[in-house]
Amino acid sequence: MNIEIKSGRVIDPANEMDAEASVYVSDGKIAAVGTVPEGFQADQVIDASGCIVSPGFIDLCAHMREPGYEYKGTVASETFAAVKGGFTAVCCPPDSSPVNDSEAVTNLILDLAGRAGFAKVYPVGALTKGLKGQQLSEVYSLKQAGCVGVGNSGHPVVSLSVMKRCCEYAKTHDVSVFVRPEDASLASDGCVHEGAVATRLGLSGIPVLAETVAVSQLVLLSEETGAHLHLSQLTSARSVELVADAKRRGIRVTADVSAQHLVLTDEAVSGFDSQFHCRPPFRSELDRQALIKGLRDGTLDAVCSQHQPHEAAAKQAPFAESEAGSSSLEMVLPLLLSLERESLLPLDILVRSLSSGPAGILVKDGGSLSVGGNADICIFDPAKKWLVEESSIKSAGKNTPWIGAELQGLVQTTIVDGRVVYA
Amino acid sequence: MTQPTEPNRLQLNEQGRLRHFLTLDGLNREILTEILDTADSFIEVGERSIKKVPLLRGKTVVNLFFEASTRTRSTFELAAKRLSADVLNLNISTSATSKGESLSDTLQNLEAMASDMFVVRHSQSGAPHFIAESVTPKVSIINAGDGRHAHPTQAMLDMLTIRQHKGHFEGLKVAIVGDILHSRVARSQIRALNTLGVDEVRVIAPNTLLPVDIESLGASVFNSMKDGLDDVDVIIMLRLQKERMEGALLPSEHEFYELYGLTTEKLKYAKPDAIVMHPGPINRGVEIESAVADGPQSVILNQVTNGIAVRMAVMSMAMSGQTAAISTSS
Repeated sequence: MNIEIKSGRVIDPANEMDAEASVYVSDGKIAAVGTVPEGFQADQVIDASGCIVSPGFIDLCAHMREPGYEYKGTVASETFAAVKGGFTAVCCPPDSSPVNDSEAVTNLILDLAGRAGFAKVYPVGALTKGLKGQQLSEVYSLKQAGCVGVGNSGHPVVSLSVMKRCCEYAKTHDVSVFVRPEDASLASDGCVHEGAVATRLGLSGIPVLAETVAVSQLVLLSEETGAHLHLSQLTSARSVELVADAKRRGIRVTADVSAQHLVLTDEAVSGFDSQFHCRPPFRSELDRQALIKGLRDGTLDAVCSQHQPHEAAAKQAPFAESEAGSSSLEMVLPLLLSLERESLLPLDILVRSLSSGPAGILVKDGGSLSVGGNADICIFDPAKKWLVEESSIKSAGKNTPWIGAELQGLVQTTIVDGRVVYA
Repeated sequence: MTQPTEPNRLQLNEQGRLRHFLTLDGLNREILTEILDTADSFIEVGERSIKKVPLLRGKTVVNLFFEASTRTRSTFELAAKRLSADVLNLNISTSATSKGESLSDTLQNLEAMASDMFVVRHSQSGAPHFIAESVTPKVSIINAGDGRHAHPTQAMLDMLTIRQHKGHFEGLKVAIVGDILHSRVARSQIRALNTLGVDEVRVIAPNTLLPVDIESLGASVFNSMKDGLDDVDVIIMLRLQKERMEGALLPSEHEFYELYGLTTEKLKYAKPDAIVMHPGPINRGVEIESAVADGPQSVILNQVTNGIAVRMAVMSMAMSGQTAAISTSS
């Protein structure tokens, strides 16, 4: 199967390319960019006029909900939402039921993803058995089964001593450790950013300190053990500083931020709308600006969706009692494009944050349009406006604060391993 | 792209009249003054031999208390009955939700009983907002205290008491003392006092009992009673729950009383004609000395009396705004 994608603006940060060119796909691989390969006969021609052709997006954190929470979403429904959002691969955290702490669960997820045939799924295995934070899980076996890293998915690890052992063991087998930094005792029963809005609304706050204390500890653990620690979903200016300093010192840490934290602040929760209930919480405007700057200067390596589909009832409760998280795979691109239009985020960095950035963290093929690489491609129209309605969301989770909003930027075609999986 | 929800989108109708009473946030001085004036006019009802007016005749008011409170529930019940409403008292914490029913399910059942007004107390901040969003537009919601967020009728009865004793708000200095961190009353009082134009609102507490950025609500912070009470016209003591005495918030009842308990001695820091208020129930010897609580400067019992009048005012105004909103939309 040969595909020619013509007349699009090709942005491929990994190869420092930003030019109008054709992309040629042959047998699931990128055959050429710009110059037609010898003897190439296109079976399908995609006109990408007015669109941007980029590497397929890679998401570092998207909950698939399967196995165990099929009433919130399935691997099939959420990988379809992923390709609608331009993602050709998604990492799923281990907090399924049963927890992904065994080869069997990893195999099940990979099998479900293969059968669905939409985005690739890269499972993140459990760092500790049952995510209970006490006993190291079989990290080596999980890696062999196909996990791209291990993590505890927001569940606390009982002590720094256990965390140190986890890092040492992960380093032994060269497995990345994914951590959402949050000190459980400081976060306590908080549900929003500790600040003026929390005080006004009388909601329990999660202080920035809960994150920065954890980041500091994790940086030191990485320095001490040599393990690669990936810090997920940072929210604060001070964390960005700590990561920048760690990177300057050559410590093996990488970091990402969710698209929502780049566009929302704690002011969003002013009306107690549970659709804005998010963990970690949205922070201050100063934090938001620092996160954008951190993404621009490379301190932050990637943007993730932090996709958390829920059934309707999960949000039908008073704010603190509602479940945190939103369905966001399909909103990432338009949210980031809104920053591009505000001149806060250049287009090449936007694409890098969703392609070569996460690919580098995962040490995976993809994230570029390099000749010979897998043909994972996203074609999107940055000017196309669309109304977010429940019916337009492909995810099983309709829990998004953007229902009723008009967003700009729409994926036209997504190609995975040379197959058009969304158009 | 931030899209915060405007609090008044919910609680005001198209004419800017109350249809729910959820928070004092965003309510202007005119509305607060109207509540006080209306309440003033209802005080006389309580002095009659037949203590009833027909404003809510034929209406059904449901007291939905998800958190126990005898005093507040009783004053709401009395207020509704004096307005001639039919009143149903439901203590939800010991019934439906304890059997696993969700709040949404409970509300649907109550709506099916054709209620006109829910008076809601809930341990979660924002619960009345959630209920106002969830129920049919025909039902009016009155917040009787939610989590740490707001207790707007308590704040308004405090305002009525201050106005009765001081005659005005301009130029007044008001101190609120004690557990500001957990107090929905304090948050609503700070909002009301600033809207009504007092000169200064002070909060006095150790830092462990102060929420972050309390200054952003329009209050100045004091850690000492001597400095904080200096020259104030009104002292509002807050109730301190005994469980706060444990753990890391406070070292002991003794030390709290020593530093922040309102005694005859400490009362002298304030203006000689300062009034002393307390939302009740009082912990004598913990946050206030008996001699002060029962003394000539105490207006604590006036607050209780005013509670009924203020709740009558708010209920009648909200029901009127609700009826207007429904007739406009239909």
